[in-house]
Amino acid sequence: MDIMLLLTSTVTLTGGIPLTLLLTFASLLAGFVLAVPLAFMRASPRKWLSLPVLAYTYVFRGTPLLVQLFIIYYGLGQVGAIRSSVLWVLLRDPFWCCLLAFSLNGAAYTTEIFRGGIQAVATGMIEAAQAVGMSPLQIKRRIIFPIAFRSVLPSYANEVISLVKATSLASTVTLLEITGLSRKLVSETFAPYEIFIAAGVLYLGLTFLLTGFFNVLEARLNAAPQARTHPRRVILRQVPHEQ
Amino acid sequence: MDGFVVQFVNGLKTTVLLALVSGALGMALGLLAAAGRLSRWRAVSAAVGFYTTIIRGVPELIIILLIYFGGTVAISAFFGRYVEVNAFLAGVVSLTVVFGAYTAEIFRGAVLSIPAGQIEAARSLGLHPWQTWLLVILPQMLRIALPALANQWISLVKETSLISIVGLTDIMRVAAIGAGSLRAPLTFYLAASALYLALTSLALVIFNLLERRFAVPGR
Repeated sequence: MDIMLLLTSTVTLTGGIPLTLLLTFASLLAGFVLAVPLAFMRASPRKWLSLPVLAYTYVFRGTPLLVQLFIIYYGLGQVGAIRSSVLWVLLRDPFWCCLLAFSLNGAAYTTEIFRGGIQAVATGMIEAAQAVGMSPLQIKRRIIFPIAFRSVLPSYANEVISLVKATSLASTVTLLEITGLSRKLVSETFAPYEIFIAAGVLYLGLTFLLTGFFNVLEARLNAAPQARTHPRRVILRQVPHEQ
Repeated sequence: MDGFVVQFVNGLKTTVLLALVSGALGMALGLLAAAGRLSRWRAVSAAVGFYTTIIRGVPELIIILLIYFGGTVAISAFFGRYVEVNAFLAGVVSLTVVFGAYTAEIFRGAVLSIPAGQIEAARSLGLHPWQTWLLVILPQMLRIALPALANQWISLVKETSLISIVGLTDIMRVAAIGAGSLRAPLTFYLAASALYLALTSLALVIFNLLERRFAVPGR
């Protein structure tokens, strides 16, 4: 093991971090935007709303991400209608293909996570919101989703970490993010230990940072209601009885 | 496409064999690691914690590439000439290491959820620590771990597709070869995804049956 090579390749591979992060956060955002309505549809008691979403999540969670990526990157070009459409400008570019694959895959997992949270919201809360006259959309936006999101935050954090790791598959369609860059370096130097370990260290750093961020977020979200109600002060004010 | 049916069947066999072998070895490693993590010896517990944290924080692809290319370099240095590591073997080793890290955490959580009274009762009956593990902890722990284990097995089936990147002729590789030679990538990759979906569905059905059979009352 060459320590100098390990250090220099770590520095070289940091050049791949921006692309890894861009892929992660862009597909995280797209996945989130897709997953929120889908999760409400999936949690709906109406079969015609929930079944199509179930089919989507079942297929995307039951097949490897690599296959999904290859279907989008290599497969869609086989369809003449897509080749001749405007979409082809995006779909022949490996970056957009990765983004599409990671977003759709991530949205499938996120939908199921959010559905669990939505279904776990106590009915009393929803009834209370109905009783004060909130519209169904307001109830979803102000009551159900915030409670559900908070309760599934640990699972969502895991999903974000998986997404960071999943972006390494972008290297299979020629993108030079951390993994792609490390594979290129290895083919040039043939020093797999140093370079792949350096790549592993960078990923570990990213996952640690994200884990730390979610731990802080979880602590803050869980602490929020208590901090606002000041239970102590309320009790002190209630003590004196005025006649 | 006809000639590829045989190839797909062979690829399917390779994928299933790879998943079963690395799953079985990985679960054994996970059990050992969970026992180590819960051990009284700080050094053992810390070493296992280090292993599970690192493996779970690094992409599977990096681990596979490290073991495949690193193994090739190590063995070539040992024999003094270029020797390429068998892709199946590299796949088994890397997936075992990954599966072991994830199952270790599942098993550890399951062991911790067994009431301490059970273990105290076993001890007061005079059971040897080995007997306590085998007769009291293991059967109860496996039932609790079953749902999480099911998810992990399904991930494992999907992760086997990554071994195709280092040249193993599994379902994914057969699809890639067919896609290239017949210029029909959509057809071949859709066929591959159907096969993977069948495998993960089968795993889901088996684990649902197991869960129903060994359901923990009141959980």
